Amino acid sequence: MNRIELDCRRLLCPMPVIRVQNRVAELEAGVVLEVYCTDPGVLNDVPAWCRINGHKVIETRSESGLYVLVIEVGESE
Amino acid sequence: MNQPRKAAALISGGLDSLLAAKVMLEQGIHVEGINFYTGFCVEGHTHAIRKKDQKKPKRNNALWVAEQLGIKLHIIDIVEQYKEVVFNPKHGYGANLNPCLDCKIFMVSKALEWIKANGFDFIITGEVIGQRPMSQRKETLPVVAGESGAENLLLRPLCAKNLPETLPESAGWVDRERLFDFSGRSRKPQMALAQRYGFEDYAQPAGGCCFLTDAQYSVKLADLWKARGRKQYEMDDIMLLKVGRHLRPTPDFKLIISREEGEGNFLQGYRKQFPSLRTISHPGPLALIDGKVDDQDIELAARLIARYSQGREAEQVEVEYTATNGELRSLEVSPLKPHEIPEEWFI
Ligand code: SF4
Repeated sequence: MNRIELDCRRLLCPMPVIRVQNRVAELEAGVVLEVYCTDPGVLNDVPAWCRINGHKVIETRSESGLYVLVIEVGESE
Repeated sequence: MNQPRKAAALISGGLDSLLAAKVMLEQGIHVEGINFYTGFCVEGHTHAIRKKDQKKPKRNNALWVAEQLGIKLHIIDIVEQYKEVVFNPKHGYGANLNPCLDCKIFMVSKALEWIKANGFDFIITGEVIGQRPMSQRKETLPVVAGESGAENLLLRPLCAKNLPETLPESAGWVDRERLFDFSGRSRKPQMALAQRYGFEDYAQPAGGCCFLTDAQYSVKLADLWKARGRKQYEMDDIMLLKVGRHLRPTPDFKLIISREEGEGNFLQGYRKQFPSLRTISHPGPLALIDGKVDDQDIELAARLIARYSQGREAEQVEVEYTATNGELRSLEVSPLKPHEIPEEWFI
């Protein structure tokens, strides 16, 4: 499976969301994107953004100040 | 079958843009939201920084609005281009450093570019005549439409009936009769409409949508410009203006002193960019030094931060100074007494 990483550490919301949005726009459906963040706000904002835009958060991990979200890119209309 | 007409809605996260978009959806228009990120937006940041706020679940209101409406939201980073708006607003500033009218013109002109690039037909905003003293007056709404270049492609569903007909109306894409004629500062009509649509728990920002309407924030930004001798800022600067106590003991440097743990952690991240100070002998804050300092300044800064540590009553407090290259220096200082800190130092 194709896994791509995106480093959003030290970025404050909504910058990580913008980075995810712009990266996802370049990706095919089914690709898995792993996003590394330090702003806990992403735990709300990235899933909300995914719900709105038809992508799936398949995993969320947090370990000592690092938040990792794994997103599966959905079909674009 | 006819494709529905498409509108891009400027979504700030507040009630008015939520309602404006909803009115269009009700008329069968395909709506997608655009949210501009200027760097000064009230959304995010401070919640992430300040520990005491972290228990409250934090949400991005623009995303929340889009989800309520069931529409897509495009968040657009305009941080760099927006600087010109903040530095030289043709129509001037509002009560603080908020260039609201130029800001609106800029955002609508960006939205115009966006609809052209994405095959959309028109733009909607939640503007209401008379709602805001600077940008939403009867005289200024046409200025926004004209100077942005959007002209009659800009529809304000909440007050359209008070304004000349726009293309979406004259072309019959939307029914003018089912638009609104809100005006003035009252929020009652919006609240009634929200109730009719079943929206609850929406955000009601008190001042405006961004930090530039905040008096204290504006004072700090003006101070930064003065200290640097010109209007200029980077993303880090405008973040740091939201954090901590800011004191300027001399024209050449200021101190940013954390007020609680969350801010301290946040400031930690800047220790490679700015010299920093922390108290060693007593629990206390972390401070960054922004500007040029000599040994005497460092000593003064150390006495100041000691004042904000738990050693404020102690004879001597040990303070550690860290240069940006990581070099450490230890200082023994007596904390400043409150009366030794002039009022003018506080920014
Ligand atoms: S409050 Fe800020 S974001 Fe809103 S119009 Fe004024 S300058 Fe622009």
